[in-house]
Amino acid sequence: MSQSLLQELAKLLPAAALLTSKEALTPYECDGLSVYKGLPLAVVLPQTIEQAQAIIQLCKQQHTPIIARGAGTGLAGGAMPTQGAVVLSLAKFNQILDIDVENRTATVQPGVRNLAISDAVAGHGLYYAPDPSSQIACTIGGNVAENSGGVHCLKYGLTVHNVVGVKFLSVDGELIELGGKALDDAGYDLLALMHGSEGLLGVMVEITVKLLPKPEVAKVCMAIFDDIEKAGQAVCDVIAAGIVPAGLEMMDKLAIEAAEAYAKAGYPVDAEAIVLCEVDGTEDGVAEFINKVEVVLKQSGAVETRVSQSEAERMQFWAGRKAAFPAVGRLAPDYYCMDGTIPKAKLAQVLKQIALWSDEFALPVANVFHAGDGNMHPLILYDANAKGELEKTEAFGKKILELCVHVGGTITGEHGVGVEKLDSMCVQFGTLELSQFLAIKDVFDDEGLLNPGKAVPTLHRCAELGRMHVHNGQLPHPELERF
Amino acid sequence: MDNSNHIQRQLQDAHHSGTALNIIGGDSKSWYGREPVGEPLHVGEHQGIINYMPSELVVTVRAGTKLSDIADALDQHRQRLPFDPPYFGESATIGGTVACNFSGPRRPYAGSCRDYVLGCTMLNGKGEILKFGGEVMKNVAGFDVSRLMAGSLGTLGVLLDISFKILPHRLVEQTVVIDADFKQAIKLMNHWAGTPLPVTAMCTDGQSVYFRICGAPSAVERSQREIGGSMYDDGKNFWKDLREHQLPFFDTDKTLYRLSVPAASAFTPLEGTVASDWFIGWGGAQRWLASDLPFEVVQSYAKKLGGHARMMRGGDRAEEVFAPLPPALMTLHKKLKHSFDPKGILNPGRMYKDL
Repeated sequence: MSQSLLQELAKLLPAAALLTSKEALTPYECDGLSVYKGLPLAVVLPQTIEQAQAIIQLCKQQHTPIIARGAGTGLAGGAMPTQGAVVLSLAKFNQILDIDVENRTATVQPGVRNLAISDAVAGHGLYYAPDPSSQIACTIGGNVAENSGGVHCLKYGLTVHNVVGVKFLSVDGELIELGGKALDDAGYDLLALMHGSEGLLGVMVEITVKLLPKPEVAKVCMAIFDDIEKAGQAVCDVIAAGIVPAGLEMMDKLAIEAAEAYAKAGYPVDAEAIVLCEVDGTEDGVAEFINKVEVVLKQSGAVETRVSQSEAERMQFWAGRKAAFPAVGRLAPDYYCMDGTIPKAKLAQVLKQIALWSDEFALPVANVFHAGDGNMHPLILYDANAKGELEKTEAFGKKILELCVHVGGTITGEHGVGVEKLDSMCVQFGTLELSQFLAIKDVFDDEGLLNPGKAVPTLHRCAELGRMHVHNGQLPHPELERF
Repeated sequence: MDNSNHIQRQLQDAHHSGTALNIIGGDSKSWYGREPVGEPLHVGEHQGIINYMPSELVVTVRAGTKLSDIADALDQHRQRLPFDPPYFGESATIGGTVACNFSGPRRPYAGSCRDYVLGCTMLNGKGEILKFGGEVMKNVAGFDVSRLMAGSLGTLGVLLDISFKILPHRLVEQTVVIDADFKQAIKLMNHWAGTPLPVTAMCTDGQSVYFRICGAPSAVERSQREIGGSMYDDGKNFWKDLREHQLPFFDTDKTLYRLSVPAASAFTPLEGTVASDWFIGWGGAQRWLASDLPFEVVQSYAKKLGGHARMMRGGDRAEEVFAPLPPALMTLHKKLKHSFDPKGILNPGRMYKDL
């Protein structure tokens, strides 16, 4: 069967657009979360919607799973291939189709890189707001699939707030259009549903994003704290003062030390925490608000505050934060990045508990935190080559995510569930919610061919974890296929 | 008061007997959508603010809570629902607002009702209580059912509790007005929307174009200078009247159509209408038409501009009032509806005849 599928695929595509040898497939064996790997049956790189349609129809006929893939920068194993699956790379869908300056929209193919959109429209004084840290490399199609965030979400929202239309291919290969350049569309808000659906509901082939006017100016205030609890409170105080910062970030001691050693951003290495608060807008507005920010941060107990006096200095303040992941990466052979979100007020409680567990597991943790929206990125340092350390790290990570749920938060703020957090989904949701997710999947893809085994755990998996009550072994919705 | 058990029992009974239900909150929007059918399911008594954390910018409320009660509570902390919801009646509830996905003049600049929904607790058509999303701003665990509920007109579930992201009030607000016909106004509105000036509402009646500017005092002052025109003293009431459809334009016996189109779409003549039949809001993106032209004519005009039309008020509500969906999309809608409400008892036909 797989042979005949490969033969049929070969008829649909030029030879260079069909990869089947082990050497050619290996670069696709994982995404940004490299601890989970698998080799697909084939990787296809179509260039037109018609080719993608034909591939999907063929796979459907042959009951072969399809895994859509952008740049492979995801951090949850969402694009990890599974055995026997066809990876549908959208890398060749890399054209910006339309820049509509008057309506402030750009229509692009899914393989266009996030930053390339802002670069292409910069001359018009416009930009695309969501800025995940991988924005140099990650694609807009992947951003929609994950509902990606970034540093500026608090003010400018997630991907779902900045996309006005998509065209996607259903599992039957049918081209379905949602939204356009208007602000809304008739019917259910399927556009919202597609965001963060991790490739389980359809394959994006065209995306229309909203463009915003570039703020005239941005300034950042760096506040230095000798106590992490004070820093956490300061973040709440800024918000309570009626300020909506463009970015509000926090780093702990280990993250500061690593970032400073790596990026020389001028961070004080003896600080327990720093808070970076950016304000953007018109010259006059920013001048007023950045003063207010500085006053609030001082009142909240900052030992020292510095406001960027130039664009160069602003970039320098951010350089350390933006380099935090690679910087922390130098401290240990491997690190594992968590992505829970919590109410800001619970920050001190959660950080204390993480510190206790860090001692217990004997695994250091550096904390980088999108403080304004409560999205934490604890980075657990470990050595994958040390026997049992990966398992220990995963166990530690799961405990952190459970804690996030326990304090009223969520297991993933912006990275997605992928294969990584399937077990944690059983903690976050009960049988009824998971059954509804499975039913939604069934609506779009009744054979479970689109990225199977990701994002939504089977009820069976959760039952085995012992976190779900299954009465007399009878699962709800026995008619549903488990994937 | 937590009335969820009572509502759940009624829904379970209706599910067993297959009785169609007409979900009613404050009964302020019964004129919207297709003609309601079914036994009334009153949810307006399920009221109260469950959790409000000003420094988290999050509020969780029961769906029957009055919009005015929420506004008052948030106002005490100088905060607001950012999407500026229209009330269309004093009894308006937050549940009804979300079910209709109604947003006010601020929408193009701040975002829509759906944009600010963070999570919800709901009853599906079998009377089961489900909880999606949460009380944090970033959350990508599971499909985004909470936002799907926005605008679904109660056809997928009965909202019980809803969490929203909220924002602080702006410091200063000022409205300016400039003489302009529709063509000039659309150009002006889209010009200023493309600049960093803090404009938070724009509209035109074809004679004047109105700009609302909000922000830090110095920024508002400068924006006024740059945009020009004359100060409009009673801006606050003007925008409220626009939001509530209480401007003289909306006092009409004709059908009120709403066209949602790309903001910069040219104001091309629609045969059978004159300029005074139109009012354009949302910086050009939401166009109101008072006319007795058939829905099909208005819809095909909106479609040509790249948007869609709906019958907002009046017209024949036994027929379709929302833009027709392509067959593949309608199939998805029906299957989705079935996955939430297998017996089709929740607001049947309120959105589309066959849904």
